[in-house]
Amino acid sequence: MLLAGTDYTFAVAETPMLSFVFRKLLMLIPTLLGITLVTFTLVHLIPGDPVAIMAGERGISAERHAEVMAELGLDRPMWEQYLSFLGNLAHGDLGHSLISSNPVLDEFMSLFPATLELGFCAMLLAVCLGIPLGVIAGIKRGSIIDHTVMGTSLTGYSMPIFWWGLLLIIFFSGILGWTPVSGRLSSSYWIDTPTGFMLIDTLLSGEPGAFVDALQHLILPTVVLATIPLAVIARMTRSSILEVLGEDYIRTARAKGLSPWRIIAIHALRNAMIPVTTVIGLQIGLLFSGAILTETIFSWPGIGKWLIDAVGRRDYPSLQGGILLIALIVMMVNLIVDLLYGLINPRIRNSR
Amino acid sequence: MTQKTSRRLMLAGGLLMAATGTAHAKTLVYCSEASPEGFNPQHYTAGTTFDASSRTIYNRLVEFKSGTTEIKPALAESWEVSDDGKTYTFHLRKGVKFQTTDYFTPSREFNADDVLYSFNRQLQDDNPWHGVGSGYEYFEGMGMPDLIESVEKVDDNTVRFHLSRASAPFLSDMAMDFASILSGEYADQLMKENHPERMNQQPVGTGPFQFAGFQRDAYIRYQAHPNYWEGKSPLDRLVFSITPDASVRFQKLQANECQVMVFPNPADLEAMRNDPNINLESAEGLNVGYLSFQTEKPPFDNPKVRRALSMAVDRDAIIKSVYQGAGEKAKNPIPPTLWGYDENVKEIPYDPEQAKKLLAEAGVKDLKTQLWAMPVQRPYNPNARRMAEIIQSDWRKVGVNAEIVSYEWGEYLRRASEGEAMTGLFGWTGDNGDPDNFLNTLLSCNAARDGSNYAKWCNPEYDDIIRQAATATDQDERTKLYVQAQEIFRDQMPWLPIAHSIVYDPVRSNVTGYQVQPTGSHIFYGVDIKE
Repeated sequence: MLLAGTDYTFAVAETPMLSFVFRKLLMLIPTLLGITLVTFTLVHLIPGDPVAIMAGERGISAERHAEVMAELGLDRPMWEQYLSFLGNLAHGDLGHSLISSNPVLDEFMSLFPATLELGFCAMLLAVCLGIPLGVIAGIKRGSIIDHTVMGTSLTGYSMPIFWWGLLLIIFFSGILGWTPVSGRLSSSYWIDTPTGFMLIDTLLSGEPGAFVDALQHLILPTVVLATIPLAVIARMTRSSILEVLGEDYIRTARAKGLSPWRIIAIHALRNAMIPVTTVIGLQIGLLFSGAILTETIFSWPGIGKWLIDAVGRRDYPSLQGGILLIALIVMMVNLIVDLLYGLINPRIRNSR
Repeated sequence: MTQKTSRRLMLAGGLLMAATGTAHAKTLVYCSEASPEGFNPQHYTAGTTFDASSRTIYNRLVEFKSGTTEIKPALAESWEVSDDGKTYTFHLRKGVKFQTTDYFTPSREFNADDVLYSFNRQLQDDNPWHGVGSGYEYFEGMGMPDLIESVEKVDDNTVRFHLSRASAPFLSDMAMDFASILSGEYADQLMKENHPERMNQQPVGTGPFQFAGFQRDAYIRYQAHPNYWEGKSPLDRLVFSITPDASVRFQKLQANECQVMVFPNPADLEAMRNDPNINLESAEGLNVGYLSFQTEKPPFDNPKVRRALSMAVDRDAIIKSVYQGAGEKAKNPIPPTLWGYDENVKEIPYDPEQAKKLLAEAGVKDLKTQLWAMPVQRPYNPNARRMAEIIQSDWRKVGVNAEIVSYEWGEYLRRASEGEAMTGLFGWTGDNGDPDNFLNTLLSCNAARDGSNYAKWCNPEYDDIIRQAATATDQDERTKLYVQAQEIFRDQMPWLPIAHSIVYDPVRSNVTGYQVQPTGSHIFYGVDIKE
């Protein structure tokens, strides 16, 4: 897909924005290659092997062990395994899981919607709440609101996710009974999930109450996953706003007699958004690591839980494929963030 | 209200329920621990996978009576063993129907071809199905390829297993999960469609529940098999809600989001006992947690040293703080629930003074050694790290300095099987309720070479007895031999057996007919929910 773009080199080079995008896309290839090498090495550096793990307490004789390793193609030299991994990759083949023998890509795609749905909701919450809170804390610097927002966000930032998730479950599901404990949908609904996005699937199913049920299941994991990005975004917005408010053009705007809200919304916020956008982009990458814990607590069937299992079982193809796909997604997000800079700040756009 | 009218009302209610359809289907939700690795039990060894496949979807020729490890007829109605113990003839049950699903409609009933398909694909390297899926670890691990010479179809309802030697535990082996019977007709269909891998994804069996959907890490759905040969399950639907965290499972059970849960945290047991909505069902587990000594290397090649270090360990303290009381102090390598258990074997006393004396007699001074602690939690050892710390401090009192060592689980087992663990914590859960499965698998000379005898203990006298017991067919004779074997074990002490743990399954109090299985499996046939 990426290579197919080569034919258009000259065409796109004429418009600076497109050539910028194209250059960035081209850069992805060496980066991805590097990632495959690092992933492959790291994955194979984990002590133990899938056959020994599978045998467990039962043990396995050395000959039998060697036989199974050969069947799985794991007895070949590392470089050979790496090259064949790359060769298959070039054909879009990420290999098959050693455990379930399903194609890695299929497993990833069947689980990714759950992670995406949760991640999207969490990011939405973090941005929609984090930016206004940061702005207010920035404007009312030193006030009680500022101290509350900053204090809470520091707590949120340092919160161990596992503990925080359990605490919310015990309080809201156990004591108050407001939210379901875990999962994406109550077991009484037997609906098909063609898209994998539960909010969409429940609507499509036409089952009364299913959509609300799915929404209720989303609340706690969203809050837990949003906690850290929310804290980071709020703090970043605050400091960024503070910096911008001290600039000359804000003083000029004030001197011109513009309304305070107009100054904040048009002049200050837009300029303050650049570092905030960077942070949001970085948080999306970090979201995946938060998702691993959140998904484990809330029995959320996403890729985080899947990767953890793959590590536990030394399912090399799943690990290599999964990490590569996540890296690809994170890089695309960063690319989009780069493009957004241009939208927010014309100076950046034109300088390229 | 008279009984009669109330019964009439119930009947009317039942009809109403039938009329409104699936919305009121009787559903039981089970909070399981992890996703199954697949749905063909032949490829795997994990209990989680078996609960989801062999124990719901499939049957075997013979099975364990619920709650025990006694053998009962299942797909085989009866069987005969030849005098030399090398030929087993199974008479198959007639009228057994395979499940009808979206992806397969059986045209015939269960017969000998299904048995041949199920075993030959594991047995024969040149079988077209042999290479499908990820190997047959359990079948091979139990030594089946060497034991079974061939499986013969005598007629449609009779199969004969030819063995290379007499083997008393063979019938128990046939009740194990790898011996589940798959559909030969479905296999042919999949081969024709060129999708053999679907055998592992869209299973078809003869069992009480049929597969209705699986979302990895979320749920597995089953429907009652309407034509099940033992009669349809009282539950219309069974759902496995996959919930990895034990505390979350407990919350779900309290919120009635599931009615049965697996593996409670030992720390939650008290709260479960006190909850009026929860029954904490328990059974003595078919397991043993033990401390093994590397008997090939000094000073542990000396039985006196092994005895001394065993006497120095306060196992009552371990049972209290590691098992939270949910364990029984062990003296034999097999649990007391198993036949052949030797009641008369002397207890191993806690006696640090005597231990010091024995060490002095053996000429061991200022001993420094390693103590291996498993990195994982198992029913037979809920907290190996804590256990190791207790043993470490007990040993310090008799002048032995142990350094606690741990590795990642696969690495731990690999290194231990190479004899690196000078002293180490291990354990075992029985597969089939035959003493051979403990005494041979964990302590024979063969096992010392091949892996699961981590003490590397090879005692010719013991080995001889164990081998005799495996070929004898008379159970009384076998019992006698196993008792002898346990006496040798007690005398030589290659391990300090620590405890047999109790298996707990918390269930909602409106669930009836649920039985805890000593093998740690979970069986839902016969379970019902009171409305």
